Amino acid sequence: MVNLTIDNLKMSVPEGSTILEAAKSAGINIPTLCAWPEIHHTPGACRVCMCEVEGQRNLVASCVFPVSEGMIVKTTTERVRHARKLNVELLLSNHPTDCNICIRNGSCELQKVAEAVGLRTVRFEYPQYKEKKLDQSSPSIVRDSTKCIKCYRCVTVCEEIQTACVLQPSFRGDKVFIGPPFDLPLIETNCTMCGQCVLACPVGALYEKDDTEAVWAALQDPTKHVVVQEAPAIRAALGEDLGMPVGTLVTGKMLTALRRLGFDKIFDTNFTADLTIMEEGSELLQRVKEGGTLPMITSCSPGWIKFCEHFYPDLLPNLSTCKSPQQMMGALIKSYYAQQAGIDPKDIVSVSIMPCTAKKFECQRDEMSDSGYQDVDYVLTTRELSRMIKQAGIDFANLPDSDYDNPLGEYTGAATIFGATGGVMEAALRTVYAIVTGTNLESMDITPVRGLEGVKEASVEVGALGKVKVAVAHGLANARKLMEQIRAGKADYAFVEVMCCPGGCVSGGGQPIAPSNEKRITRAAALYKDDGAVQKFRQSHENPSVKKIYEIFLEKPLGHKSHELLHTNYVHRGTDMPHGKKASVKKAKH
Amino acid sequence: MAAVDTNMTDAGLAEFTAEQLAQVDKIIADHRGKPGALIPVLEQVQEVCGYLPMAIQTVVSDGLGIPLANVFGVVTFYSFFTMIPRGKHVIRVCLGTACYVRGGQNILDKMSQVLKIEPGGCTEDRNFSLETVRCLGACGLAPVVVIDADTHGQVKPAKLEQVLAKYN
Repeated sequence: MVNLTIDNLKMSVPEGSTILEAAKSAGINIPTLCAWPEIHHTPGACRVCMCEVEGQRNLVASCVFPVSEGMIVKTTTERVRHARKLNVELLLSNHPTDCNICIRNGSCELQKVAEAVGLRTVRFEYPQYKEKKLDQSSPSIVRDSTKCIKCYRCVTVCEEIQTACVLQPSFRGDKVFIGPPFDLPLIETNCTMCGQCVLACPVGALYEKDDTEAVWAALQDPTKHVVVQEAPAIRAALGEDLGMPVGTLVTGKMLTALRRLGFDKIFDTNFTADLTIMEEGSELLQRVKEGGTLPMITSCSPGWIKFCEHFYPDLLPNLSTCKSPQQMMGALIKSYYAQQAGIDPKDIVSVSIMPCTAKKFECQRDEMSDSGYQDVDYVLTTRELSRMIKQAGIDFANLPDSDYDNPLGEYTGAATIFGATGGVMEAALRTVYAIVTGTNLESMDITPVRGLEGVKEASVEVGALGKVKVAVAHGLANARKLMEQIRAGKADYAFVEVMCCPGGCVSGGGQPIAPSNEKRITRAAALYKDDGAVQKFRQSHENPSVKKIYEIFLEKPLGHKSHELLHTNYVHRGTDMPHGKKASVKKAKH
Repeated sequence: MAAVDTNMTDAGLAEFTAEQLAQVDKIIADHRGKPGALIPVLEQVQEVCGYLPMAIQTVVSDGLGIPLANVFGVVTFYSFFTMIPRGKHVIRVCLGTACYVRGGQNILDKMSQVLKIEPGGCTEDRNFSLETVRCLGACGLAPVVVIDADTHGQVKPAKLEQVLAKYN
């Protein structure tokens, strides 16, 4: 431990801490725009966190300056306050002034920092920025470089956490530019559309493509039948964006809010998560029995899929052919449901609420129109739904609960844990075990696959199959580790789950801004509570609506209809940039 | 952003000879897998190709297994590397004190206008590159323009096109 004094406050902190960390532990919040606990180093780029250290001639950046024994730090001297103000003033002189209509209005860290340093005037000609072109090429993420303050957070996230390495600095000095090489449109790069950069951006330089206007228009159109589905992770995070504590499970309120917004039918992606387990579990058993490509890898996460198509095209045969639950639901809404309800599928607008920006890309893939129409028309992130609820003036926290609609709403606990890393694996093992052995697992909780460790392993004794070894990775850097092992033939897993975002969907790129491990754990705990304490059934094959759909429509898992509606194929994209404007090719089903 | 002009992106590999491309491949093969290879590779490749357009950067990126974004970052960081081709003839307009006083800037402006390129640029037909210099030690001849190895003294804006016509 190291003893030091900050603003006359004596403290003792672990060796190697920075002044910023030491101050925070003592309840002193030093303003900063680039330091961020999510990334394991500090770029030290913004120069807002200046402090005075006795014995140092110049002011130091507290986010990168390590503490030492007997150090005396001052954070509120005239010199410090002047320097911080000046640095923020300079940032603002180069930043647009359209705060009132900016997507980050109210959640902008630059606004907060300007407030924290007490800035009231900007003395420079204001603003001095040059307008840069808005990159709207991606269906998922909008890149507005004009607003970029060069904090380098997205660079670290894209390079180290997701290893896609698309957003990088180029040029230097006052010309530094953060973006894809050659300022390529995102759609022409290896971008996985995961949106982790959006969660990292302190300002409005990276944000989700907002589709709320299109959905409002559909809701107001009397000729349209608007159907909605919600991913599991939404119910564990929507509340916190609307003023409730982190990790509040808001399933019932969410369904009521959707009804008040005017959606005609409210289904649940969890229903098709159960269906995914039926199809994927059967596919796994088929591969094991018939000597198919193993390990089989999950295909629920569209960011992961695009990553695999770019960086590991040789492993595409390992991917399960199952569509993601969103796309299964989309295909069923415009086929099964349309038929049951006697509605022409061309009058149906299918909306999904996802914790994910990559889902916006996924729904536009050419392969995703097996119903004869684009299966899912619009994807809204959690943040967009929250925005619509606010726009409608709905007092969310005080809403009564309500229930989903049938026939595509009912779900089990196995489905709801899809939202946390390890959830798909756990759900699949429950059902596979039951199919193979005819009995249930002794304990439904398969804890080795839960939690935030980067790569998790487990092995389960499954009757006649013997020991089944599985692995789970979340975050693409961890996925890459696992893929390298598989590529080298050093992995003897039967089944591998990969989720694109760290922590899984609970911390997806479409979730409320500013992720943290604490939030990941708390949101996941809400889903495990839904599984363990709320839902009547905990195994996908027990879902009565799933049984019914096989009886009257799909016949059997991996059957003809399933193959047509619920399974897909992948595109060999490779890493040669630029990719063509259309980031996918026409389908050729195998 | 003065920085990125997307027009300079993909001219393709077609403009390079098979021999040049083979040399590029060899340079990459010699350095593959070695740490710190990127900068020496770019240096040698630029020597072979004259400049580093997107297509060449892509070849380097694939060959070394380094993301294109990192290659581009290095190329744009160091002023030694250029993504603008060199023309067949290099024009240097002197802006040293004497030449400046005697109208060097007017010569440069006129040159830009005639060639339709900014200083630092290259004409579309790759015939001329336009650069500026600060004093060539020929102040008595101001304003001076040097084209390749030829020094042109007391140049007048009206006569520029006549001078350029000799270089084709």
